[in-house]
Amino acid sequence: MSTLSLAVRDSSTMLRRNLLHARRYPSLTLNLLLTPIMLLLLFVYIFGDTLGAGLGGGRAEYIAYLVPGLLLMTIGSTVIGTAVSVSTDMTEGIIARFRTMAIHRGSVLVGHVIGSVLQSVASVVLVGAVGVAIGFRSTDATVLDWLAAFGLLVLFALALTWIAVGMGLISPSAEAASNNAMPLILLPLLSSAFVPVDKMPGWFQPIAEYQPFTPAIETLRGLLLGTEIGHNGWLAVAWCVGLAILGYFWATAKFNNDPK
Amino acid sequence: MTNLAIAAEGLRKSYGEKVVLDGVDIAVPEGTVFALLGPNGAGKTTAVKILSTLLSAGPASGGIRVGGHDLAADPQAVRAAIGVTGQFSAVDGLITGEENMRLMADLHHLSHGEGQRIIAELLERFDLVEAAAKPASTYSGGMKRRLDIAMTLVGSPRIIFLDEPTTGLDPRSRHNMWQIIRELVAGGVTVFLTTQYLEEADELADRIAVLNDGKIVAEGTAAELKRLIPGGHVRLRFTDPAGYQSAAAALPDAARDDESLSLQILSDGSQRELRAVLDLLDSAGVEADELTVHTPDLDDVFFALTAKIEETVR
Repeated sequence: MSTLSLAVRDSSTMLRRNLLHARRYPSLTLNLLLTPIMLLLLFVYIFGDTLGAGLGGGRAEYIAYLVPGLLLMTIGSTVIGTAVSVSTDMTEGIIARFRTMAIHRGSVLVGHVIGSVLQSVASVVLVGAVGVAIGFRSTDATVLDWLAAFGLLVLFALALTWIAVGMGLISPSAEAASNNAMPLILLPLLSSAFVPVDKMPGWFQPIAEYQPFTPAIETLRGLLLGTEIGHNGWLAVAWCVGLAILGYFWATAKFNNDPK
Repeated sequence: MTNLAIAAEGLRKSYGEKVVLDGVDIAVPEGTVFALLGPNGAGKTTAVKILSTLLSAGPASGGIRVGGHDLAADPQAVRAAIGVTGQFSAVDGLITGEENMRLMADLHHLSHGEGQRIIAELLERFDLVEAAAKPASTYSGGMKRRLDIAMTLVGSPRIIFLDEPTTGLDPRSRHNMWQIIRELVAGGVTVFLTTQYLEEADELADRIAVLNDGKIVAEGTAAELKRLIPGGHVRLRFTDPAGYQSAAAALPDAARDDESLSLQILSDGSQRELRAVLDLLDSAGVEADELTVHTPDLDDVFFALTAKIEETVR
């Protein structure tokens, strides 16, 4: 069997294993969904009027502003689960068994990554559905815009997942993994997800503007709501590709180290 | 000359200053059982991990070949030849026993039908049919271990590493495991076993190496190892201090243990030697409360060997 077909076959076996885990024990994924959904409801129904007024509109305008950011935050939240499950998995004897088998070495991680991207997509769809239920509507988005939006979400999920897998691998326990991956859900709070960057203090604006979440959020907004994307599109893709490659090499190097 | 399934020269491994394996030579002919025997922390698990490609050998190690393949140059070929059951259960607790077996069949690239056949056969053989649909995390220690071995056998490996396969098992499960290992060997499989139970090595192994502090301190068949130490002894225990004292006077050669009021006399356990001891006791007019005949077993070898090491260290 060629290296590539071996890689594909073993990775799909590992993916099936991870999806089986997710299906048998959905509580971790569902718990992680609570944060973005609670924030969505909190910011729309409690702070929505004030924040909407600040943007020169009302609650309805704020829903439109908020949902794209929360969709990306959902990905940040879902991959915390990835870090936790990777770290838990590494403490299991089964991983040692995999390492002594003549299988494609990367398949263990690839299975985790693809499983996690699929979970992210499912989570985004669920949070998006909540958004639509409380009044989110896209404006003038073409089929192509929707496809691009979907592509962006998948690419963003892929990038964060590889980083989360690396974080899971360096964490000695599930608790540590959850702590290490915490920035992935805190970063959106420091982005344009809730408040426009130009409404933030001047010294903080460059940080908020160029961190990975803001360009992705602005691009998604542009695709779904027709706002100006500008350089954010390339910035978002660059961040995603950069983080995915960095995460990939980091995680693979950690995985190939002698286990402790 | 028979082919060696496992051949390692000068196996070394250290973590910083701590030397775990200090030049261990291992040669296991095909189709035999080799037991690596040693106390906790002797380096047994590290040796298994290196030979099963899980850990890299220390830089100063000599050549290592497993299943005819060079471990350093072609680890994937080694992996294809071996099966490993580690000390800690290597089953996926979140999925069922059958799903664990399916996972192994898929990773060995068996066709669906062949996988089904082998899974059904192994579940039956390891008495796991009833539990097959339950999550592996709900299994008892013995069941987990059986599932673990069954998973190892899915790929029909020719060389099997078993790291302390019976540690933590109740006596019945332990004997079941021994039976399983004997069946494997009958099928021509080479078994590399680690254990801290001398009885287990005695029961199963063709050759035994005693590992202590990262070095092999003795190697041979069980019989050869037993010959390394002097014969057995008779142990007499008393409850009455006065009786103990007079017996000690009647048997001046006996080793005394004043605390437990017991005497040890070197003896091969034969009727003639036993009668001699009893005659001496009779003529002194004392009666032992308990008499045990102790034939030399691997425990004696083990303690003798490891104690010798400690003496030289001091």
